[in-house]
Amino acid sequence: MLSYARTRLLLTVPVLMGVSVLTFMILHLIPGDPAQLLLGDMGGGSASGDVSDAAYENLRRELGLNDPLPVQYANYVADAVRLDFGRSFQTNRPVSHSIREVLPYTLQLTVVGLGLAIVIGGVLGVVAALHRNSWIDNATMALSLVGLAMPSFWLGFILIQIFALRFGWLPSTGTGGFSSVVLPAATLGLVASGVIARLVRSTMLEVLRQEYVVTARAKGLRNRVVILRHALRNALIPVVTIVGLQFGALLSGAVIIETVFARRGLGRLAVEAILRRDYPMVQGTILVAAVGYVVVNLAVDLSYAWLDPRIKYG
Amino acid sequence: MAMQRSLPAGAALLRAEAATTPNHRRGLFRDLLRNSGAVIGVALLLVVIGAAVAAPYITRYDPIKINPPDRIQAPSREHWLGTDQFGRDIFTRVVYGARISLPVGLIAVVIASLVGTLLGLLAGYYGRFLDAIVMRLIDTMLAFPGILLALVVVAILGASLPNVMIAVGVGEIPRYTRLVRGSVLSAREALYVDAARVTGVRDATILYRHILPNVVGPIVVLATLSVGTAILAAAGLSFLGLGAQPPRPEWGSMLADGRQFLSSQWWIATMPGLAIALTVLAVNMAGDGLRDVLDPRLRV
Repeated sequence: MLSYARTRLLLTVPVLMGVSVLTFMILHLIPGDPAQLLLGDMGGGSASGDVSDAAYENLRRELGLNDPLPVQYANYVADAVRLDFGRSFQTNRPVSHSIREVLPYTLQLTVVGLGLAIVIGGVLGVVAALHRNSWIDNATMALSLVGLAMPSFWLGFILIQIFALRFGWLPSTGTGGFSSVVLPAATLGLVASGVIARLVRSTMLEVLRQEYVVTARAKGLRNRVVILRHALRNALIPVVTIVGLQFGALLSGAVIIETVFARRGLGRLAVEAILRRDYPMVQGTILVAAVGYVVVNLAVDLSYAWLDPRIKYG
Repeated sequence: MAMQRSLPAGAALLRAEAATTPNHRRGLFRDLLRNSGAVIGVALLLVVIGAAVAAPYITRYDPIKINPPDRIQAPSREHWLGTDQFGRDIFTRVVYGARISLPVGLIAVVIASLVGTLLGLLAGYYGRFLDAIVMRLIDTMLAFPGILLALVVVAILGASLPNVMIAVGVGEIPRYTRLVRGSVLSAREALYVDAARVTGVRDATILYRHILPNVVGPIVVLATLSVGTAILAAAGLSFLGLGAQPPRPEWGSMLADGRQFLSSQWWIATMPGLAIALTVLAVNMAGDGLRDVLDPRLRV
């Protein structure tokens, strides 16, 4: 187990290097000179002639833009591992401060939303599997198909219309206490539950045929114990994989839901940075989201052995 | 055993297989007709395609020209789905929107499947160094999940509709590469590939003639299933302001426009969303049916 963890950890190194190269390139592949961009934004949009050549040269030296590209990359990585992503073109505040501010909101939305998705998807999937090929099964699967086709921004609007505007039960927008996370999390949970329901159904069907389930039944265990303790636990592995993937993806992928509900979060920070050409912010947010995704999936891989004792790494 | 099968016999077998194909296809078509989900999906899809093709004949209004006197009207006989804040007929804009979303989804999938397949073929066939490089690249791309990779591409290329196709397409490349590489790894050990190689057939020909046909089925299935995802992703990017720019009648950006009228003029944002959901549902149902018929093993 330990040696597997070590190998797995080593394998993330090339991936993280790739991630850092790709985010580094964002600033260098866009047309235009970063120093020019920075001066243009700080100079209040005046014509380029107003910016003195001395200020421009100073800034280039300060940003290290006169160094060879590999040196720039090395400096970028050295700063990034110390969580220094530079300063925002927009606010001139350190990018890491802005990211640290929004991260709790992103995590709150992701955890509550995915929790809902697991409960809804899990219940629907198990019920469908236990009533295989009945109308319950068909209705559940049709519902999940609709869930997969539903744009999250549209579902969000519908929930706002019903629960915020019509009944006034919940706030439609904002980032405040728990009540403000209910509608965004419900949107996220409903959309994500479709995939989980389908997955739980198919793995449950698989597991229910296994010998240990037959044995458990033969021992005379009550149906509920067989389903919950023996079958469901083993059906969890693919579900953990998918939930892990979704958790990582949602660190940035919740951006659409964040936008619908005017909620602060990592994804929205990234999109607004792209729209405003605030490239240090783009680099920082994307790097953090990608690294988070890699780390979550590493944790998922390592959790398999705990869920299913038959899996041994060595 | 297979080892003793002579070369001409193998070729005869290939010919025999080719000869049975038309019959086989008829069987597939019958299977597809028996799959009620697929039939509903294809029927719905034909409606959407019809709307895209015949848009100017379906509605007499202009999707882009503003008409202030008619602004923000509720659904009526004149305007079936009402009008937006610029007095444009929403039904018209939804119908014309099919002309954007369908091609965008298709082109993104074409980009993804072509590039992804090529990378997968090369990595799987040549192995070793090339394989290692391609697969690390794919691993890196996978570390940018879902919309994140599309955001990177839009950040570099800028916000526009063509860039959305590229962004969404690039995001889907890894799935094709992995699928194709896996199939190639097993196909390249097959006897007929060895036979082709020893008779001096060029690598490119082997890849195209002898290996590619083995992986076409799964690629087609994956492609149909990912058109829906691509349409959703593209609409999402446009919703965020990173894709189609106003006044284009793109469903995602129409939704974003209708946002401020949510409390009183609900139809402005609701109808484009319904169009997206129905189109994606249609594509997914058709794709599900095709997968069940072509390759039941892929069923999730």
